[in-house]
Amino acid sequence: MNRFYVVLTVLAVVLGITMFTLLRSGGGAPAAAAGPPPTVADDGFRGYSLGQGSAPVEITEYLDFECPVCATFATVQMPTIKEQLINTGRVRWKFRDYPLPIHKYSRFAAHAAQCAGVQGRYFEMQDQVFAHHQWAQTGKDPSNLFRSLAQAAGVDLNAYDVCMQAGRYAQRIEYSRQEGDSLHVDGTPTFFVNGKKLDFRRLPGSDDFKAIADSIIAHAPTPKPRH
Amino acid sequence: MRHRQAIALLALVGLFVALYLWLHALGFGGAIKCGASGGCETVQTSQWAVFFGLPVALYGVLGYCAIFVVAIAALRPAALAQRSWNATLAGLGTVGVGFTAYLTYLELFVIHAICRWCVGSAVIITAIWIVSLLSFKSPVTRTDRAASLPPRGPQA
Repeated sequence: MNRFYVVLTVLAVVLGITMFTLLRSGGGAPAAAAGPPPTVADDGFRGYSLGQGSAPVEITEYLDFECPVCATFATVQMPTIKEQLINTGRVRWKFRDYPLPIHKYSRFAAHAAQCAGVQGRYFEMQDQVFAHHQWAQTGKDPSNLFRSLAQAAGVDLNAYDVCMQAGRYAQRIEYSRQEGDSLHVDGTPTFFVNGKKLDFRRLPGSDDFKAIADSIIAHAPTPKPRH
Repeated sequence: MRHRQAIALLALVGLFVALYLWLHALGFGGAIKCGASGGCETVQTSQWAVFFGLPVALYGVLGYCAIFVVAIAALRPAALAQRSWNATLAGLGTVGVGFTAYLTYLELFVIHAICRWCVGSAVIITAIWIVSLLSFKSPVTRTDRAASLPPRGPQA
């Protein structure tokens, strides 16, 4: 009987040390991807776009991946916008990053999307991050979750890990944020239509963008027939 | 007695697994250690990680605590011969296995992600349940004083 309690005590001590070690080495989001870079450089990148290059209307959305309103817009309104405006060739939709300083992991999430984007999976990753947006409410480090989301988006994890550890697109994201500042972006999501900032008093819906696109297309000059 | 000792040891391991998941749910320790798959974060951040307003891992902590305490209480010399402790342990094990089966179903068919820590806990509670059922078959441990005392010799 005494030997049993010795074993029990030893086991408790070993488990306690193991758990303490696990909690202390909990890791975290790579600083290179999670924080602002020391310098900013323009790599010529101007955002991932959905839609045809010849579309008469270009909408630029400045978004923050941790912003719940952006997630609502992406999951509720975007499917209709894609179906009615983007897939019909009327609108081209461009995404720019505007990570808000109040959000701990928005820059990290933007970086994850960029690291997926270099593998041709930006939109799949964006869908994953917004569809599983519970991570933004927990305040916990989402690095492991983002790896599983990247995997679900069809991203090669080895290349993704290297990209995230190196913070390869940190400067690109910061450049986008500063660009947003220069355009007086003051919250997310903020939309520009053909370069003109839209001011909504509420979160716009697909009908708002349909009306805007209809109006621009109706007032566009029709090309004169050649003689 | 061996069965109750085994249950106590298993419950202690299960308690630490659940405690780690609960502390992680409370925000301690950063990213959960889960191997390359990352399934633990998917499970832990899903809406099913909370049950009646409390983290699921907390139910694990309470459940393993209860099993551990009962198993230790059942190892007291006075309790060794009482079979009712076996029934209590089997009852707790059955509740634990039932709850674990529900959570495993959610992981496999609803969340579509597997958390290795949850699998570890499922293995432990299943082992506890099996051992608790086997304990019904074991003979009652004799603890009466007459059996444990040496035979008396003639009085000097």
